[in-house]
Amino acid sequence: MDIVLAITVGGLYAAGIFMMLRRNVVKLLIGLGLLSHAANLLIFTAGRLVRGRVAVIPAGETQPLTIVADPLPQALILTAIVISFAVLAFTLVLIYRTIQTLGTDDLDQLRATDT
Amino acid sequence: MFLWLWAILIAAGLAPGVNRVVGSRGGWGLALVPAGVFACLLKQWASIVNQQDVSAYVDWVPTLNLAMSLRLDGLSLLFGLLVTGIGALVLVYAGAYLKVDDRLGRLWAMLLLFMAAMLGVVLADNVLTLFIFWELTSITSYLLIGFNSDRPESQASALQALLVTGGGGLVLLPGLILLGLAGQSLELSDLLSSGDHIRQHSLYVPMLLLILVGAFTKSAQFPFHFWLPNAMAAPTPISAYLHSATMVKAGIYLIARLHPILGGTAEWFWMIAPVGTITMVVGAVLAIRATDLKQILAYATISVLGTLTMLLGIGTEATLTAALAVLVAHAFYKGGLFMVAGAIDHAVHQRDIRQLGGLRSAMPATFVASCLAGTSMVGVLPTFGFIAKETWYEAAGDLPDISFLAASVLCNIGLVAAAGLVCIKPFFGSRTNATQQAHEGSLALWGPPTALGVTGLALGLAPTRISELLAAGSRAIAGRVVPVKLALWHGVNVTLLLSLLTLAGGAVLYWQRHRLKVVFAADGRLIRYGPSTVYDWLLKSVNQLARGQTAILQNGYLRFYLLTMVGLTVFSVWMALKGELQSHLKPMPFDFHSHEVLLACLILVAAITAVRATTWLLAVGALGVVGYSVAAVFVLFGAPDLAMTQFVIETLTVILFVMAFSRLPDFRRLSSVRTRGRDALVAVVAGGTITVLLLFAMTVRSSYPISDYYVTHSVPEAHGRNVVNVILVDFRALDTLGEITVLSVAAIGVYSLLMLRPPSQADKVIHSANGKADSLQDNSPAAQHDAAADHPPESGGV
Repeated sequence: MDIVLAITVGGLYAAGIFMMLRRNVVKLLIGLGLLSHAANLLIFTAGRLVRGRVAVIPAGETQPLTIVADPLPQALILTAIVISFAVLAFTLVLIYRTIQTLGTDDLDQLRATDT
Repeated sequence: MFLWLWAILIAAGLAPGVNRVVGSRGGWGLALVPAGVFACLLKQWASIVNQQDVSAYVDWVPTLNLAMSLRLDGLSLLFGLLVTGIGALVLVYAGAYLKVDDRLGRLWAMLLLFMAAMLGVVLADNVLTLFIFWELTSITSYLLIGFNSDRPESQASALQALLVTGGGGLVLLPGLILLGLAGQSLELSDLLSSGDHIRQHSLYVPMLLLILVGAFTKSAQFPFHFWLPNAMAAPTPISAYLHSATMVKAGIYLIARLHPILGGTAEWFWMIAPVGTITMVVGAVLAIRATDLKQILAYATISVLGTLTMLLGIGTEATLTAALAVLVAHAFYKGGLFMVAGAIDHAVHQRDIRQLGGLRSAMPATFVASCLAGTSMVGVLPTFGFIAKETWYEAAGDLPDISFLAASVLCNIGLVAAAGLVCIKPFFGSRTNATQQAHEGSLALWGPPTALGVTGLALGLAPTRISELLAAGSRAIAGRVVPVKLALWHGVNVTLLLSLLTLAGGAVLYWQRHRLKVVFAADGRLIRYGPSTVYDWLLKSVNQLARGQTAILQNGYLRFYLLTMVGLTVFSVWMALKGELQSHLKPMPFDFHSHEVLLACLILVAAITAVRATTWLLAVGALGVVGYSVAAVFVLFGAPDLAMTQFVIETLTVILFVMAFSRLPDFRRLSSVRTRGRDALVAVVAGGTITVLLLFAMTVRSSYPISDYYVTHSVPEAHGRNVVNVILVDFRALDTLGEITVLSVAAIGVYSLLMLRPPSQADKVIHSANGKADSLQDNSPAAQHDAAADHPPESGGV
């Protein structure tokens, strides 16, 4: 399964980067969203992939009985999901206000620093 | 000793208040502080002369071996007396010079600040303490040169002085550190005992070179001399104090201070003496070329600074003493002459000597001050200038090499002529248009230069006490006891004849100065290729380079930045993986479940759909599908917490997109086919690189120590069974706190972006709420979006 997920991650990265290179700011935003999914999945795949076994220690035990899913990338991703949402929401409002104020969605027309 | 520095600093803090309350007469009061320090220094005279140095010490950063240590010996005492004594007079003088200016308080404050810094330089025992005070003098000098901050030439001159002296300081610092490394100590008093070891050290030459660049830039030695004449853009009290009597001598002080540690070698002689000699001669020649009073004095100062450097570079006992004598004489007469020039400027608002004449009757007191200083400058009996010059000629005459003596006489002939230009030309002859209305200034204007002149005369008539001080100073420079016996009359000998020759030559030169114009016209071409031009060219080139590389690197195209980042990352990843890949990449087990593969395909198809979408709605929908599918992957591989969070967040994201962009037109195709092709290629290569990197990371990894630590310690240490949650709220709780902070900052950002708007926008909204007529006329996209805005309270009614 590792190979399939690795290819998926690569595909998501490619799509995200391609979208971020576009001139339309909304496409840039979609690219940002794709890229954060790609990054999350990358961290997830780089950890230890275990099907179905949640990293929860059964009651009465101090250690898991079998090998469980890797908790470390999960903790990282949980933080990353929330933060990338915050970034996405902020960027979204920023772009929304930019389009509203300047009346364009073309990045090439947003080069000056003081308009 | 720290008390002295504090007293001056406190006075600096009080200065603006004094100006507001008392006005320009407050200078007399402020001058009491440096005068008090002067008195305290005088009290130490006896112990210093009896070879008992005084020191003070405060630990600053003990772990770095950094201490604020001060030490007072003969050399420090000499400089300290000059700094505080002339400083007190300058404060009084500045009060009268700037009389009705609001900025007088600022001038006093900065002069006192400089005084504290300069006193720190000459008192410092730790080389790093010395360096800090050294840089402080550069900064205060920058502020003082740029005092008339609204004038472009002041700004340029101040910047030039800062760049040259500050750049020199930057070179000095590594030199001092090398010195500390070679001598195993940062205290000058410790380094004195390891002088032999340091001179043998392999780093001796680089260290000397670095330190000398610092000293030469500060003391305006050729080819760094050009900043000093430009520094005359400062008001005259500043020129008198910083740029003749004290700051420019900091470099001389440093050379003198390090002489017992680094001096006495062939390298010392050849690196210093020739530079000093060239500076001496160049300064004298440029002085008689100039026509502005202050410019003449500035070039004459450069010439004397060259003399001091030369004498210290030669480094015999006689030349060291002569250097100190010339230094003292110069501080008195040049400080006085600058003040005279300032008084003339103050009276007639003219400094060009061609426009000046006949001031003798209009400004008698200033004329007397000018004569006192001028006679010392040309070295006539019975001034201290005469003694200094005799000592100088005698010391130079004792050398086997006659060229130093010859250069000295030549330079002095030039200086005598320059003194004529400053002291005779403005006061004699008939009155000119400029000097018709001339009148004498107040006591504060002619008093200080007269005091300096009288001191110069008194020192000449009774040189016994100053001999003691010069002996103590020479002991500090030479590192051993040097007998000094100054006397006014040495009898008729060769040096007296040379003095007479100098005077006669100078007089002839002054008399025949109109003939020099031909010579000056010829060497004007040479000066155009001087160091000043090099400085201008360098400054311009640096700016051009900065502008050029900014235009290339910061060109304002986001995709250019992204392409650069992605390209560089991909490139460096491949450089790192180059050799490793083949040896490590081994075939992986094929254990696919069909539903997992289908899910992966769904993600990829949705991503491609998002890329190819022509409406924003389709793109957002595809993005949502990607998000939900990723959540499903989390479910399959044992991460239900992630899946839940992902589902919630993804839903929120889609809602947010729909809310924000519901009124947006469809995507336009903005880039050409070629650009799209290039971007696609970059994106695919980058994605492929990530895939390879990920596979590589998975194959080379064999253990999971951190993950296993959390799993095994979750229950015993944190008493939680859900390991992911335990990590978030217990093991890495601070990270979670950071995450919450980021979230709240983003929320504040979102809220303020939605709520805050420029007044014109708000007005428009109110207008459109009041009546439809406005919005019909104003159908710009901005106005349309205002009406469509979902959050702002102003448009709630629409």
